[in-house]
Amino acid sequence: MKYVVCLKQTPDTTELPKITPEQALAGNEGATLVLNPWDEYAVEEGIRLKERFGGETVALSMGPESVDQALRSALAMGCDRAVRLWDPSFADSDYWSTALILARGIEKDGGADIIVTGKMSVDGNAAAVAHGIACKLGIPLLTQVARVVDVSDGRITVERLLDEGRETVTAPLPVVISVVKEINEPRYPTFIRIRKASRTPIPVLSAADLNIAPEEVGQAAARVRWTHLVKPEPKKRQVTIIEGDTPEEKARKLLDYLMDVEKVL
Amino acid sequence: MHFWFTEEHEMLRQTVREFAEREIRPRIRSLDAEERFDRDLLGRMGEMGFLGVCLPVRYGGAGMDYISLGIVSEMLEWGDTAFRETISVHVALNSLAIFQWGTEEQKRRWLVPQARGEKIAAFALTEPNAGSDVAAMRTRAVRQGDVYILNGEKMWITLADVADHFLIFAKTDPNAGHRGITAFIVERGMPGVKTGTIHGKMGARASNTGWIVLEDTPVPLEHRLGEEGEGFKIAMSALDNGRYTVAAGACGVIRACLEESITYAKQRVAFGRPIAEFQLVQQMIAHMQQRLEIATLLTYRVGWMKNQGMRNTRETSLAKWYATEAALASANDAIQIHGAYGYVNEYNVERYLRNAKGAVIYEGTSQIHTLLQAQYALGYRQDKPLRCELPPYDPEEWAREA
Repeated sequence: MKYVVCLKQTPDTTELPKITPEQALAGNEGATLVLNPWDEYAVEEGIRLKERFGGETVALSMGPESVDQALRSALAMGCDRAVRLWDPSFADSDYWSTALILARGIEKDGGADIIVTGKMSVDGNAAAVAHGIACKLGIPLLTQVARVVDVSDGRITVERLLDEGRETVTAPLPVVISVVKEINEPRYPTFIRIRKASRTPIPVLSAADLNIAPEEVGQAAARVRWTHLVKPEPKKRQVTIIEGDTPEEKARKLLDYLMDVEKVL
Repeated sequence: MHFWFTEEHEMLRQTVREFAEREIRPRIRSLDAEERFDRDLLGRMGEMGFLGVCLPVRYGGAGMDYISLGIVSEMLEWGDTAFRETISVHVALNSLAIFQWGTEEQKRRWLVPQARGEKIAAFALTEPNAGSDVAAMRTRAVRQGDVYILNGEKMWITLADVADHFLIFAKTDPNAGHRGITAFIVERGMPGVKTGTIHGKMGARASNTGWIVLEDTPVPLEHRLGEEGEGFKIAMSALDNGRYTVAAGACGVIRACLEESITYAKQRVAFGRPIAEFQLVQQMIAHMQQRLEIATLLTYRVGWMKNQGMRNTRETSLAKWYATEAALASANDAIQIHGAYGYVNEYNVERYLRNAKGAVIYEGTSQIHTLLQAQYALGYRQDKPLRCELPPYDPEEWAREA
């Protein structure tokens, strides 16, 4: 079995409020870049799949050399290998082109049985790349995956998290799954793995390696463009302290408030 | 000469910062209030490799360098002093002493389980009536054949009630002053070993601090670390490592004070402007930045010297003295910037001040370090080579599996 985790490097969420729309549009956020928090769950699941069903887990990302840091984080958590896809022509690719590049990267690396992605990125928030990869590869996509129940006989069974509950579905391999945070608790890298990961060379595949023409990717091929970006007003929160002598009394007051005033229950 | 951290160092810093952010900071207020030591977190730290960070892989360590020990100390104390204290005691004062002075058999027996985090280690030098004046210790070790009989009391011992192994210093020759001190590895469970916790500390309240009593404790000969009478040198060389982690931890306190003061000063409005725009507030911020830079440079130079295998007693003393005083001053300023809010435990800064006070007392008071620096400058003090020096960092040797 082979598992490929597609991941992205994004600004540290604690620094997101500092980033201006102009910086975001210019693609120069000036923030500390880390492994996209949603992708941490994907990396963890990729490693758990290997631990449960055997095989190899490969971390894959598109981006310039700075992205090696996110790939090394994945190696430090337990991925066996990492591959980076980069060519100057890849710059400013939209979700669709990014999906094409990742799909070609997976094919070039010999394919995969299960491709794992996070739900979305914390900067783009499109949640579209997983769909694009499945589409480009012509394989099924399972989104909102909250548990991998089983992988056997060439099929995967998962639980999907829906608004109303969970549903269990199966699909034939190969498959793309995009996972939600309920699926696992990402592990911390061990220091030994950090030491090894920091010294591991990460191979880079170029547009020529992936047989991608310049007009297929980058700004030229972009179907989606960010024309206007606005920062939402910070949420103004009002805090009400519930007074009461016992936790039970406070809980009762909270319940009354939620039912009578807010009417959410 | 260069001043940058490697990619490995940066990854380590990021990981420890995340660990402190997610695991320490959310629970530290209650741990501190309740004076509770978190054993679960200690277990997780052991699994990740904190407890053998700079020890070779073949001794159960992570195979990183001495600068990494500093980074771990700094970013843990950015979370809270209590967790850095565990590293100071378990790794720097105990494990590195065994690594430096122990026989191969002693390293296999005690160092390996300590580096893996399977056993926890403490360092017991101080006594109720012997702190800075180490030679005044009263704990006695009397040799009877292949066994030493230990009697005495140790106090202010970090991890006293948690540790499995204790590095105990005792007088084998009471008439020989500091030349009559010998070091022993004592295990919990040996006859006559009792420990207890001291409550009511001003700071580092989530750390375990206590006492150890030894009553006719028989300690076999193979538990003796180094030669008879070599204990003082072992203790002082261990303090070169312990003080380095204290200095690095102090950098973490200054960093935390600076970050939180900047955030608060930009949010808090007075006289129609954020207080960050007032020059007297800016002065305190500037001083914190200045102290952080100086403390960091002094501290990581020591880590670099350890990597090279250079003697660093003088430089470590200077780094520890400066960084801990700078942390105390920065915590004081951070409270001032936070105003009345800084005076209550709704914010972290009052805890930083309480924590920072301890570090100008333990591992050499600021007064001891002042005198040491004067003696070095005046030429009254010189460091002689030791029988066993701390091995310089060798990446290949450290990574070797067996």
